[in-house]
Amino acid sequence: MSGYGIEDLVYILPIVFLLVWALVLVLVEAFTKRPDVTMLLAAFGLLAAVTLSVIQFGTEATAFKEMLTVDGYAVFVYMLVLASGLLSLGLAYDYNRRMGWARGEYYILMLFSIAGAMLMASAANLIVVFLALELLSIPLYVMAAFVPNDASSEEAGLKYFLLGAFAGGFVLYGVALIYGATGATNLMDVVAAALGTNSPVMLLTGAALILVGLGFKVALVPFHMWTPDVYQGAPTPVTAYMAVVAKAGGFAALFRVFIAAFPSVSADLTPVIATLVVLTLVVGNVAALAQKNIKRMLAYSSISHAGFLMMAFVTYGSALYADAVTSLLFYLLAFTVTSFGSWAVVIALEKAEGKGLDFEDYAGLGKKYPMLSAAMLVFLLSFAGVPPTLGFAGKFFLFRTVLEAGYAWLAIVGVIMSLVSAFYYLRVVRFMYFEQGDPEVRSEPVLNLVTAITVVGTIFLFLFSGPLLAWASEAVLALI
Amino acid sequence: MLLDNWLFVGLLVIVAAGIPAIVLVIARLLAPRKPNDAKLDTYECGMETVGDTWVQFKVQYYIYALVFLVFDVEIIFLYPWAVAFDHLDLLGVIAGVLFIFLLGDGLLYAWRKGALKWN
Repeated sequence: MSGYGIEDLVYILPIVFLLVWALVLVLVEAFTKRPDVTMLLAAFGLLAAVTLSVIQFGTEATAFKEMLTVDGYAVFVYMLVLASGLLSLGLAYDYNRRMGWARGEYYILMLFSIAGAMLMASAANLIVVFLALELLSIPLYVMAAFVPNDASSEEAGLKYFLLGAFAGGFVLYGVALIYGATGATNLMDVVAAALGTNSPVMLLTGAALILVGLGFKVALVPFHMWTPDVYQGAPTPVTAYMAVVAKAGGFAALFRVFIAAFPSVSADLTPVIATLVVLTLVVGNVAALAQKNIKRMLAYSSISHAGFLMMAFVTYGSALYADAVTSLLFYLLAFTVTSFGSWAVVIALEKAEGKGLDFEDYAGLGKKYPMLSAAMLVFLLSFAGVPPTLGFAGKFFLFRTVLEAGYAWLAIVGVIMSLVSAFYYLRVVRFMYFEQGDPEVRSEPVLNLVTAITVVGTIFLFLFSGPLLAWASEAVLALI
Repeated sequence: MLLDNWLFVGLLVIVAAGIPAIVLVIARLLAPRKPNDAKLDTYECGMETVGDTWVQFKVQYYIYALVFLVFDVEIIFLYPWAVAFDHLDLLGVIAGVLFIFLLGDGLLYAWRKGALKWN
């Protein structure tokens, strides 16, 4: 009667495993009440899920009656968010103990939200997109408010929850309108029905509402209002985690939905998307210029990177979309590695919750901690897109795709905004190397490991960006 | 045809918003105004109000309500499942049992973490 079989579960084994593992960890935490044990088991679960995803590479299948798709694109995003999960475990471990609120629930919530991000990459049905979005977001709301008795963390959590729920409503309303216009929620059926629909306005409105809802999640201007406050108020490892994973999940779903379901409205939506890109780039970068707090600066910088990622979308209706997806995935990878690195340095300097986060606190870092400040330098250069870093390769591929698609003006805006961004990134460098100060750094093994891995990744992966790009493009070939 | 129906709905919205507005305006124009303390006080079933409006509830009520919600949700889904039980296939049965396990997982967690203890 239901028609599902065991093979459906096997196709999405990394997700199923992660969810079951998280459910088991809930009980482990309840009965042992030892956060360290939960954290180690969570790390093990993530590693196992990475292994399962590696095995999955090359699979092309749909599961649960075309509700979910497993292809190279999905598996690429799986790996990216699982790696992000491992890195943020590394960031959170020392931090949570230092701040005195290590609790096992933190890691369990993270596993649930990673499973949500993975589902977003696999979702082939608009209802599943919505469910995955909620699975990704709800744990994030709790994590943002995780610091006990801290007003700014509570504010961040509540703000994120209210606006996130609001954005979820947009997505759902969009799905309802698309169902009204096409009679389908499955992406394949939507695209088939969209050509012959007799209510094109309804379809277009639905697609636009989904764009708005997911635009909230990935912090595109003008839906970015929550971002600086939430990023600043949330505990730093959570900020690092949501800056990357919420973006990865949001963009993964956005791209699949738009390429698979809405090529027919691309002519109407492309100007809208281009406008969003320009707004996001300008507002994100210009607002970052005025910041004095490093968390807030990185928040605005992550908005501007959402703008860069969104650049790939202007080509979504054209024949070049495969290149666009490739450069999107590559940019996402570059952003992930760089972002976690820079947050690791921020955490090393954060004395107490919310303390030690101003640019002045970085004064003298170059003299006292040459290794750490060299690492920060690498990350900031990568953010700004300067070779020899991964960020440069990411921007290079992205701009090339945009140019080939005939959006030279957009590429020029992107280059100008990269220059603007160099100004505020290099201001931190100025404080590190040319100002006097006596910063205090916590040297913690796991944190140092994360910094080391991301520094090596930022430079080493740049040298291998050719093969990596080939891998990413192999991943998207299967995408319809 | 379709447009006519929407026109009707639109008219209804206007009329529906208009009637209370008219009533309020008439009341303001005609009603005598003789305020005193009792009249200006918060209406609380006609009794004299006691204490502050901003009463704080013990947060434990909410935790209890949340745990109770587990059973609430459970019954909503299990009732149709039970009604259709005799023509479910094996996967349908497994899905229901899985659902009970999911809720049980959460309940066990809440219990072990002391959410059911009243302080």
